[in-house]
Amino acid sequence: MTPADFTTVLPEVVLAAYAMAALLYGAFTSKDGTAPMLTWATVGVFAALALWIGMTGSGSRSAFGGMLIDDPLARFAKVTVLLSAAAVLAMSQDYMARRGLGRFETPILIALAVIGMMVMVSAADLMTVYMGLELQSLALYVLAALRRESPKSTEAGLKYFVLGALSSGIFLYGASLTYGFAGTTQFAGILSTLTGDLPLGLLFGLVFMLAGLAFKVSAVPFHMWTPDVYEGAPTPVTALFATAPKVAAMVMIVRLMFDAFGTIPAQWTQVVALLALASMVLGSIAGVGQRDIKRLMAYSSIVHMGFALLGLAAGTALGVQATLVYMVIYVAMNIGTFAFILSMEKDGKPVTTIDSLNLMAKAEPLKSLAVLLLMFSLAGVPPLLGFFGKFYVLKAAIDANLMWLAIIGVIASVIAAFYYIRIVFYMYFGKEADGTISRMAPAQWVVLMAMAAVMVLGVINLFGIDPLAAVAAEALVR
Amino acid sequence: MANLLSIITFIPSVAAVILALFLRGDDEAAAHNAKWLALLATSATFLVSLFVLAGFDPADTGMQFVEDRTWILGLKYKMGVDGISVLFVMLTTFLMPITILACWPVTVRVKEYMIAFLLLETLMIGVFTALDLVLFYLFFEGGLIPMFLIIGIWGGKERVYAALKFFLYTFLGSVLMLVALIVMYVEAGTTDVVALMSHDFAHETMSVLGIPVAGGLQTLLFLAFFASFAVKIPMWPVHTWLPDAHVQAPTAGSVILASIMLKMGGYGLLRFSLPMFPVGSDVLTPLVFALSVIAIIYTSLVALAQTDMKKLIAYSSVAHMGYVTIGIFAVNQQGVDGSIVQMLSHGFVAGALFLCVGVIYDRMHTREIAAYGGLVNRMPSYALVFMFFAMANVGLPGTSGFVGEFLILVGAFQVNTWVAVLAASGMILSAAYTLWLYRRVVFGDLIKEALKTIADMSRREWLIFAPLIAMTLLVGLYPSLVTDLIGPSVSALVADYHAALPALAN
Repeated sequence: MTPADFTTVLPEVVLAAYAMAALLYGAFTSKDGTAPMLTWATVGVFAALALWIGMTGSGSRSAFGGMLIDDPLARFAKVTVLLSAAAVLAMSQDYMARRGLGRFETPILIALAVIGMMVMVSAADLMTVYMGLELQSLALYVLAALRRESPKSTEAGLKYFVLGALSSGIFLYGASLTYGFAGTTQFAGILSTLTGDLPLGLLFGLVFMLAGLAFKVSAVPFHMWTPDVYEGAPTPVTALFATAPKVAAMVMIVRLMFDAFGTIPAQWTQVVALLALASMVLGSIAGVGQRDIKRLMAYSSIVHMGFALLGLAAGTALGVQATLVYMVIYVAMNIGTFAFILSMEKDGKPVTTIDSLNLMAKAEPLKSLAVLLLMFSLAGVPPLLGFFGKFYVLKAAIDANLMWLAIIGVIASVIAAFYYIRIVFYMYFGKEADGTISRMAPAQWVVLMAMAAVMVLGVINLFGIDPLAAVAAEALVR
Repeated sequence: MANLLSIITFIPSVAAVILALFLRGDDEAAAHNAKWLALLATSATFLVSLFVLAGFDPADTGMQFVEDRTWILGLKYKMGVDGISVLFVMLTTFLMPITILACWPVTVRVKEYMIAFLLLETLMIGVFTALDLVLFYLFFEGGLIPMFLIIGIWGGKERVYAALKFFLYTFLGSVLMLVALIVMYVEAGTTDVVALMSHDFAHETMSVLGIPVAGGLQTLLFLAFFASFAVKIPMWPVHTWLPDAHVQAPTAGSVILASIMLKMGGYGLLRFSLPMFPVGSDVLTPLVFALSVIAIIYTSLVALAQTDMKKLIAYSSVAHMGYVTIGIFAVNQQGVDGSIVQMLSHGFVAGALFLCVGVIYDRMHTREIAAYGGLVNRMPSYALVFMFFAMANVGLPGTSGFVGEFLILVGAFQVNTWVAVLAASGMILSAAYTLWLYRRVVFGDLIKEALKTIADMSRREWLIFAPLIAMTLLVGLYPSLVTDLIGPSVSALVADYHAALPALAN
């Protein structure tokens, strides 16, 4: 390990050191009373790291003999992951404290998961990918089962663990096949062996790895765990699942496809296109019957992952750029929506059924307006930000002659619009209110309002993320 | 002032933001202030838009008052007006203060109501001034959200069903347009409307799923745009959302819907379909004619059978918009001129008829025709106003309705005699249902107990109708006021269309 390697991974090292120190501190004081302080400290560390990475990084450099890479794509993803994890953590503190979940391990586990995600998005070697993936997943399994006394939460944790382990196994199997046929686990090495006839084993390896990673972004047909885990896990954990890990896994897929298999796009774009198609269609149709808002958000995220994969299916730099922009917009919409879901309660207990939203707009006009903006944005109605994400991936898809996929995508988005609009419906025109109130901590209120404002103001220039995504995509697609 | 169009587009939304942020409280005083501020903002918009009209040079067929800035994702923020769109901008800014005045009796959540209308005005003006495809789409679609809320929150008993139907119908129509406009972006490499007008989209016959499509890509693009515009106009058979939406919408919502939002469809056909896909338009003209003729005759007959006043006027709107599509696809000077005058006239007349219904609805809270009768005995001035607009709806010479329908029929006759003959029969039906409605509501003896104390129009209501009466008469008696404005732009449109056809046809 040279000093240069060390400086490349410095943000990860700092975060790991912080997590260890926090763990020691928590263990020695061994009081959950430290949880709020640790939570806010973790938020601060995330934000500071995001600022650091976003401000200082430049160019591309690899470390540890090509195991890790630090390039604009990695930095783009890391900043997104860190900021979204910080927002989720900030808005969940109050919920955790009031529901007796305020344990000091929570922020530390999230910090560990975030390290895993940062490794994933920087990985340039199959071993590194796996390491990051597992670090992230192990922390998330525990988080899903955080509410130990609740059967649903335990079920969610177990389900997530079993299926997650299965998907990791599938990924590993694919990686071993790839290693066997390519003779190397490094992306650059794999790419250089792709000349002449493609060995069948390598193709199998590619498909298996893609399947394993599709689990992580919950693309159909590997989505089965999503609704149950989203529903069972405590809401703050669901909010986390819906945001940061999805970004990390999506960027991971993008990098693996382009860095390791970039010269044979025809082989994987069709698989990705199929995943996108199935996700968009199934997520839209299956979501229509849902009455639980957390399950609904699970199907919603399946549809959105389908759209994000649509950009990747184009197999072009423009497509990658579109996928990245889409992911950022998706994360912003989800954080805002979950800030509101976290605040819903009746008689002091959290509720998540859609019916309980009845006539929320009468009691809470401002919050309802914010949710309305988020819902229309999720549905992709212009002039809100969600529309631009869809527009961008559709353009990339049509540019790459995926006309039918684009048409099916927009039809799916009309079906999905139904269930977003239904939420607005209940809030504004529902029957009578059933006593559900929206009790918000200041942090949740700020996050909700900020995200709703982003949906409107982003129209002006997308907050400049587009050029950043372009740089990130160019770093990858050469 | 280089950015005059942006100014008139965004004055209402600035007012909406001020209302949202700074107006507190739900009491009567706050509601009062909200209404006055909205009236002030819309009137200011109208006054500023007069500068556009004053500075507009009708002889110049290009775009005027152009603003062109770069925007996100390779798109442009480009605005501008020509002879056609300036008229629609004026129509919108002219009708908005009247609509706000018509909102005066509303007492439920007034502040939000005003915000919705102000945002809607921004979006509607934007539709007519945008010169970038995606910008246009943004405004076009964005109008759905406030209208959805206006129907859903302030509407009648079945408002929930009507709002959802309205939303999903129009949304489905316009996502197909979204795909088409991305295809155009990819094909032509730009979303600039002016550049796209001169771009030749492929028109060689191609096969889709084994079916040969004459006109190729142009026909497909035309169909995708048509899906959206036909729902908006609305054309038979996708008109079914309109009667529900109109009946359930509050009076002011109905006025906006009938007077301005329906025109977006016609404007879209003139701005996009004809100039950009001439071959596709040519191939599908028979389809449009057939649908329009069916719309005129069928919906007129349906209107005869209605028992709800608003529903009757809604069906009458569908029939009148059928003339518009015939005029547009006749593609000659008279036809297109006529269709634009007809849209303008329909904006005044249908809006006024909905307001007429609103006047008695505010008093009696029913729209059933059977609940009225003999109103002339207690409300002579109302009877007069209603009579005037009923006649304008029929197309009596001297009113704007006559000018539009006459020009359209002249235009259509040159292209297709049968279409002209069948469409002309619709005028008789239109007289039948309008006069019958009028007779049942206004004439006869005043026997209904509930009507015995009904009051005549207030000063505010007079103020609403006076400008509409003036404009209907002005356009009816002196139509060259309008045709001089739109003439050069229309003749350029028609000339380009016919120039493109023979060159492309072989």
